[in-house]
Amino acid sequence: MKTCLVVDDSRVIRKVARRILEDIGFEIAEASDGMEALAWCRAAMPDAILLDWNMPVMNGIEFLRHLRQEPGGDRPAVVFCTVENDLDRIREALDAGAREYIMKPFDGDIIASKFAEVGLA
Amino acid sequence: MTSEDCELIAQICAQRAGLMVDPAKTYLIESRLGPVARREGFGAIDDLIGALKERREDRLAWGVVEAMAAAETAFFRDRTPFDLFRAEVLPTLARLREGEPVRVWSAACGSGQEVYSLAMIVEEERGALAPGARVELFASDLSERALEKAQSGLYTQFEIQRGLPIRSLVRHFEKADEMWALAPRIRQMVRWRRINLVSDLSAAGRFDVIFCRNVLGGLTPNARPRLIENLARAISPDGFLFLGLDEAPHGLGEAFQPVAGRAGLYARNPAFSVAA
Repeated sequence: MKTCLVVDDSRVIRKVARRILEDIGFEIAEASDGMEALAWCRAAMPDAILLDWNMPVMNGIEFLRHLRQEPGGDRPAVVFCTVENDLDRIREALDAGAREYIMKPFDGDIIASKFAEVGLA
Repeated sequence: MTSEDCELIAQICAQRAGLMVDPAKTYLIESRLGPVARREGFGAIDDLIGALKERREDRLAWGVVEAMAAAETAFFRDRTPFDLFRAEVLPTLARLREGEPVRVWSAACGSGQEVYSLAMIVEEERGALAPGARVELFASDLSERALEKAQSGLYTQFEIQRGLPIRSLVRHFEKADEMWALAPRIRQMVRWRRINLVSDLSAAGRFDVIFCRNVLGGLTPNARPRLIENLARAISPDGFLFLGLDEAPHGLGEAFQPVAGRAGLYARNPAFSVAA
């Protein structure tokens, strides 16, 4: 089964995203900030990461830059999922290696279509 | 609404646009007509129905038909037709036309996502097409309101997240307050017209590619052959027709043949096959 790490400091968002992603066939792990997510990735690199931007301790873009330095860290397809919707921010995320980008609020269709876009659904 | 009222609505839609409306679906009809009634200044749907019976006014009747015909759509809906257009249909026709324009028609374009998806493809592929290749994009819909929205090129954040890859958003859109605005250079690639697909289309012109997806299935059995005949007359002899992926090509007759191994794609001329 494909694995997806859901990284968001909101427990509600993690729960909603988990349900949607489980429905399209992912096994889910959760982290509430970038540091925690990095620890997860060092233990078991997931196939995909759904990544919030603004989080305490370590934010999403910092996490992504750290992740790409890790052994095997270039492998997971990273999909941002954030309220940030400025084009400059989106470009910054793509430049850092994000494959897709979801602007909150989202629904199941949007998540499914974005994961299909990166070839994982 | 009474069942009689629902029958009247179904009748109006069938007569004017060949549109099949199930009169048993009272809830659907009411949910579509509510906004029409409000817009036209009626206190309730019943008042709208009363006016329809009394005045048989064209504008009012068309407002009803437009509301019943409205359908959900998305950028690059179903993906494969667009991949086929990009990889095979467009380069093949661009080569065959030798500088004559390749004419592409999005029939029943709704709020424009289909034709704009095609426009983005044409722009992105321009450098890879045969030198001197020209592509003309046309879009039509039954609904003036849909055409207005489509021409504006403005989409909500939900709409631009359905089917549109993020890199295409970055390349072709700008933020405009709460909406997303398609770049003028893409918008200006499309010419628009109000067309009722089951009326006389002899003046519509000739097209090399027609996208007419998920329309046939929504028509009455009487209207379907009329649409197919219209499409057959409007398509060039070596043209291609895209239907919805799940649409059974029943009644297509001699005019169109499915292209083997290419779901949803039909060729006008059986002797012509897509270059691999």
